[in-house]
Amino acid sequence: MIPKLQLIDVRKSFGSRVVLDGVSIDIADREVVAFVGASGSGKSTLLRCVNLLEPIDDGQVVVDDVDISVPGLPVDPIRRRIGMVFQSFNLFPHMNVLKNLSLAPRKVLGVSRSEAENTARELLERLGLGDRADAFPDQLSGGQQQRVAIARSLAMSPEILLLDEITSALDPELVGEVLDVVRELKGGGMTMLIVTHEMAFAREIADRVCFLHQGQIAEVAPPDKFFSAPENDRTRQFLQRVIESGRF
Amino acid sequence: MTDTVPGPSDRPGTVTSGRKKLTRRQEFERRQKRRSATIAATSTAIVVGALVIFVPLTPGWDKVRKSFFDGELFNDSFPRLLEAFVKNLQIFAWSTPFILVIGMLLAIFRNVRTPALFPLRLFAAAYTDVFRGVPVILTILLIGFGVPGLGLDRPYNSPYLWGSVALVLAYSAYVAEVFRAGIESVHESQRAGARSLGLSSTQTMRHVIVPQAIRRVIPPLMNDMVSLQKDVALVSLIGPIEILRQAGIDKSKFANFTPYVAAAVIFLVLTIPETRFVDWLSARERRRTSGTAVR
Repeated sequence: MIPKLQLIDVRKSFGSRVVLDGVSIDIADREVVAFVGASGSGKSTLLRCVNLLEPIDDGQVVVDDVDISVPGLPVDPIRRRIGMVFQSFNLFPHMNVLKNLSLAPRKVLGVSRSEAENTARELLERLGLGDRADAFPDQLSGGQQQRVAIARSLAMSPEILLLDEITSALDPELVGEVLDVVRELKGGGMTMLIVTHEMAFAREIADRVCFLHQGQIAEVAPPDKFFSAPENDRTRQFLQRVIESGRF
Repeated sequence: MTDTVPGPSDRPGTVTSGRKKLTRRQEFERRQKRRSATIAATSTAIVVGALVIFVPLTPGWDKVRKSFFDGELFNDSFPRLLEAFVKNLQIFAWSTPFILVIGMLLAIFRNVRTPALFPLRLFAAAYTDVFRGVPVILTILLIGFGVPGLGLDRPYNSPYLWGSVALVLAYSAYVAEVFRAGIESVHESQRAGARSLGLSSTQTMRHVIVPQAIRRVIPPLMNDMVSLQKDVALVSLIGPIEILRQAGIDKSKFANFTPYVAAAVIFLVLTIPETRFVDWLSARERRRTSGTAVR
């Protein structure tokens, strides 16, 4: 079977700093892969490269057997197939929730206003935000904002969803409601790449956990094996530090 | 704020005052406020009183009063000036929409990244450099005298037309810089959020960046508009009988400066409330973006 997403020897540098040093991984349809690693290991850059927010220097990003990273290829049609949710939500503060959700479907997909807003309301209902459609982002809690941001991505019916540390900016008591949404998405069969510091969550939700170290994949394994019997020394050290800091 | 939230009544240290119990802090602040108000009122009364009493006693005050504050002359020329001021308002009113639209276009051109449109970017940069760097009055003289001097027929040689064109040229450059600052102040993450949804760079600009930029620059923009309102008077140099020119005519007729003072009063009646409004807008914007004020 053809993988949904293939990264083939992806390389990316900012100036002389090498951030991704030849990353290769195949991700199947409906698979959930969690990316963990220390700050600066290249996790977030990797996600930004997948939906071409950062052009890669070398290698290939392949979706459904089509290389989307060919330099000069129009990027907008690709991005609409790959949703992304950010650590800082990046909601549009001058629009209410409904507008945040319906803007891209209307402008990019040409969906009518009423249809876009209907879809948006259904999504909000599904994510437990049915009563917040008219609120502005500033009037919402962090957890609600992040759920709106997820809903905004889903409004484009993406084939792949990239979640970039989506709970890092949240108060601990708000993390749960956002993770519940991700659980629901996994139940619905969404292909997801998740960058996270929540090891317990990674262990619970991921089909595979991928450890990035200095821009390279040091280890990929199913969560049980990854957390209980890691093969790589770097992984062991990393997990040791995480356990010592009380975060797992 | 603290003064609307009564403290718990059973807390030690609370003081009863009026019908509501105030916290110690509120009691202190109330006393402090009363004290400040008393001091401010007293010192103001002393200074104003001194001015009223001593200024008329200064040698030459009579001459000054007659030359600048002649009541009769003031009343005589005020209606004429007011009538002439309508011209200023007209020029202001029809120039403003052009200034805003051209200013925004220039700001957007300067952010264009498409190589094919590089000439636009270059043009916008050169335009703002030139018209921001040249005194407005020079632009007015150059365009206001120069273009009709090419031998244009009526009505295309009107000084109203070319005076307004000169103002539009100069002020759209200022306004473009304001808009540009606003566009650049919108955080990069907004662009990332929009582009990740598949919006093109033009759509991102139009629906996400520019609306936020405009909201942010309204106070500085209003500032420029207040300046424009005053600078409309510069058009008097190329002919139109607007308020400044009318005041000049009256001044020469009576060999007295009171008409100028009257013109100044008319400007102030408009500009002082405007600037206060801008201050209020800026303060509100600051409150909104920077959290609690520190005393």
